[in-house]
Amino acid sequence: MIRTPLRPLARILQARAKGENPDAIEKENLRLRHEQMRDQSRTRAESRLWVLALAFMFAYGMIGMRMGVLAASEPQEPQVAVSGSAIVAQRADITDRNGNLLATNLATHSLYAQPPLMVDPQRAAQELVAIFPDLEVDRLTRQFTGDRKFIWIKKRISPEQMQQVHDIGDPGLLFGPREMRLYPNGRLAAHVLGGTSFGREGVRSAELVGVAGVEKEFDQYLRDPANGGQPLRLSLDLTVQTAIRRVLEGGMKLMNAKGATAILMDVHTGEVISLVSLPDFDPNERPRPLAQGDASDSPLFNRAVQGVYELGSTFKIFAAAQALETGMMTPDTMIDTKGPLRWGKFRINDFHNYGPQLSLTDVMVKSSNIGTARIAMEIGAERQRDFLGRLGLLSPSPVELVEAPGVKPLLPPNWSELSTMTISYGHGLSASPLHLASAYASVLNGGYVVQPSLLAGGRPRTGERIVSEQTSAALRDMLRQVVVRGTASFGEVEGYSVGGKTGTADKPKPTGGYYEDKVIATFASVFPTDKPKYVLIVTLDEPEETSGTEPRRTAGWTAVPVAAEIIRRTAPLLGLRPDIEPASTFGVTLTSN
Amino acid sequence: MTEMVYGAAPMRVGEPILPRWWRTIDKWTLSCILLLFGIGLLLGLAASPPLAERNGLSPFHYVERQALFGGMALVVMFATSMMSPDMVRRLGVLGFMGAFIALALLPVLGTDFGKGAVRWYSLGFASVQPSEFLKPCFIILTAWMMAANTEIGGPPGRMFSFVIAVTVVLFLALQPDFGQASLILFSWGVMYFVGGAPMLLLAGMAGMTVMGGVVAYNNSEHFARRIDGFLSPEIDPRTQLGYATNAIREGGFWGVGVGEGQVKQSLPDAHTDFIIAVAAEEYGLILVLLVIALYAAIVLRSLHRLTRERDPFARLAGTGLACIFGVQAMINMGVAVKLLPAKGMTLPFVSYGGSSLIAGGVVVGALLALTRTRPQGEIGDLLMRKGRA
Repeated sequence: MIRTPLRPLARILQARAKGENPDAIEKENLRLRHEQMRDQSRTRAESRLWVLALAFMFAYGMIGMRMGVLAASEPQEPQVAVSGSAIVAQRADITDRNGNLLATNLATHSLYAQPPLMVDPQRAAQELVAIFPDLEVDRLTRQFTGDRKFIWIKKRISPEQMQQVHDIGDPGLLFGPREMRLYPNGRLAAHVLGGTSFGREGVRSAELVGVAGVEKEFDQYLRDPANGGQPLRLSLDLTVQTAIRRVLEGGMKLMNAKGATAILMDVHTGEVISLVSLPDFDPNERPRPLAQGDASDSPLFNRAVQGVYELGSTFKIFAAAQALETGMMTPDTMIDTKGPLRWGKFRINDFHNYGPQLSLTDVMVKSSNIGTARIAMEIGAERQRDFLGRLGLLSPSPVELVEAPGVKPLLPPNWSELSTMTISYGHGLSASPLHLASAYASVLNGGYVVQPSLLAGGRPRTGERIVSEQTSAALRDMLRQVVVRGTASFGEVEGYSVGGKTGTADKPKPTGGYYEDKVIATFASVFPTDKPKYVLIVTLDEPEETSGTEPRRTAGWTAVPVAAEIIRRTAPLLGLRPDIEPASTFGVTLTSN
Repeated sequence: MTEMVYGAAPMRVGEPILPRWWRTIDKWTLSCILLLFGIGLLLGLAASPPLAERNGLSPFHYVERQALFGGMALVVMFATSMMSPDMVRRLGVLGFMGAFIALALLPVLGTDFGKGAVRWYSLGFASVQPSEFLKPCFIILTAWMMAANTEIGGPPGRMFSFVIAVTVVLFLALQPDFGQASLILFSWGVMYFVGGAPMLLLAGMAGMTVMGGVVAYNNSEHFARRIDGFLSPEIDPRTQLGYATNAIREGGFWGVGVGEGQVKQSLPDAHTDFIIAVAAEEYGLILVLLVIALYAAIVLRSLHRLTRERDPFARLAGTGLACIFGVQAMINMGVAVKLLPAKGMTLPFVSYGGSSLIAGGVVVGALLALTRTRPQGEIGDLLMRKGRA
């Protein structure tokens, strides 16, 4: 760097020669340099100021653009304190096979209070008690004047009650929408539907959760918004269900039974057209489960599915089916029925003495225990067990009820020869009436296995054959004979050829052994026998028919008349034409005068 | 003539003060500032009644106070803007001393109003935040020192100003008030930049800032939480920021209508830090863009005028004031749209706050005073290059 002196010697000398003050030159130079330096810094500052201005312009532009982008985007609702997923309040309807409503939702309201908003807590409490007598004034007043900010008063109120509360006019009383599950048919099909209760609850909505029956079984499906609110269509027929419930209730009273159940099943598809269990309950006001005692005494107990009983002689048909199917016997094969049949220390007896021999058909018609036991011995334990297993009698029923998988048939601990004999006439193995219904349907529909279903359309058929067409027809004929000339003679219904098998089983004591005077009376029927359409199982718990001199408890006197009445009432509803015998003579009456 | 000759009639030496003020003042900037003040009052009417009700005050309590303080701020602004640069400098330096002493005494005499940071003096009817007044005074002092540095044989003003800046920042960080501290650092940096900082040093300073940020992040939970909130991509709709963002969306282009906004009900800082969200919700993007345009106009126009300024002090002080004013607005709005991490910063002249308003009056008053049209030696340049080559 070349240093330029502030006092250049040449100029100083010149100035001195002129007599001027040389300091002026230095000052002048200093000033000039200062100016130069300032100019330099000014130009530099100018460009840097432009840089700053650009930066600000850019930043403001960014903010403006971001504001524009935000303003153009859709706002999202700020969600207030929702933990987890939002509550989905929609629940699909449930209908019967014809689309009649069985369960639907009703928009009601819940009532809650926010005391900080209240104008006159005293008066509000008094007026509330006037509307809801089950509330207490003192308690409400205490709650309204306390520290709490939020109080539930009623979970569900009717529109009228809502209006009344509204008329109190207190701003601290507030309503939250509540979907309520409504079963418009009340007690009808209560055990199938089950019921619902509230799950997670918020102010704006509450979850409806199935607690039993199909409501619980199909809970996910019913709550799934992806189904678009499509109703769940059951296989039940509302009309038939109504008729059967009515007849069964009457029959239960007439026969002095403490409980009754009836199942009507489509023979070919396994669809349950009707399922009634008495006593029943109103799913709108589902009772609490019994805290103690026998669960089967509760009206919540579904006898058709949860009740496992020794179903008695109704099982005999399976022995006959196997005997025919294996080709061991024909319907006319004579079987030794001379009693009593001894096996070790056990003796098997018949209700009456039926003589030394009966044909297979007559063993069924007369319901001979000895005869059936002998058939079973011919068949053997292994094959009997396999056959009953294929009929689904040894495993929980696959029906679409949440209660079903928990109900296992009671089997003997080891399947001995004695067990084989007793099981052949329905003792020593307990199954539910629904098990019996699907097993009957399987052997009588032409011989292919069906599975019980509560959904319209039933389950897809596997096509597995259990007996041949001929065997099935022979069995139906035997059952028809039972009604025509056997134990189920009260089962005759005019116009419909009913076939069926009675079963009367002594009830086991909880302490062991059997009651003398308590039975389970069952009638398992099929109609019409020539072209089978439906299987009907009617079971009465502890029936006593008292019209005679001494109480009669056998199924022929108790379950059969009830079943016959049911068939008489429902067969036309099911669209079955009665076989009316054509008028024999059809002519012109000649008159002369 | 006779009176004049004998001095019987008073003779004006220069132009009267007001006409000269009106002739030389930057009328555009002045109008922008007055408009902003008007918008501030309007938004105060919208944003503050819910808060006033929550605090058990009359609905327009905050608006009345805003008008009162705003009036004072305008008086301060006009008075300041009439000063000469020398006067500004003198008062600024004196003011800095006062404000700094006040700042230093905060830990002893100040109050925190239960907000976790001791930043205020409580005067009963109002509170004073010394750091707000410190900012313009600091800028003026720094500009003076840096300008002195450019004189031949002048003091090492840059070094002095740096030491002062660091001291002030330390005091602010102790409160803690990282927002004001960063503003002080920023203004010093901007003035140093315009005053001729070597490029190498600028790069080093940028690195230092990042370092400082990391240190603050690691050592202050307060600070760390805000940064974490910023870095997470999702906006939690339940935070202040979530409400603010939603309010802007809700408002759309034309707003939901006067008095129809909801965000003011849920935001505790609706009348201060998030007033732009209230503006966006009720009046829409259109008002927000207007506000942004006003701030941009003030800053850009001031910077533009300063490029022609030959007095180093006026140039530096003007730059510092314009930038601190602009950057404060920028940060406030940038936070509301989540371009910047959440940092409580008022929107100058619009947000509610006595200290902030009056200090804002000082800032823009001094800025107006420094950007007034003054002879810049143009005629000298034209007539004779004053001996320069």
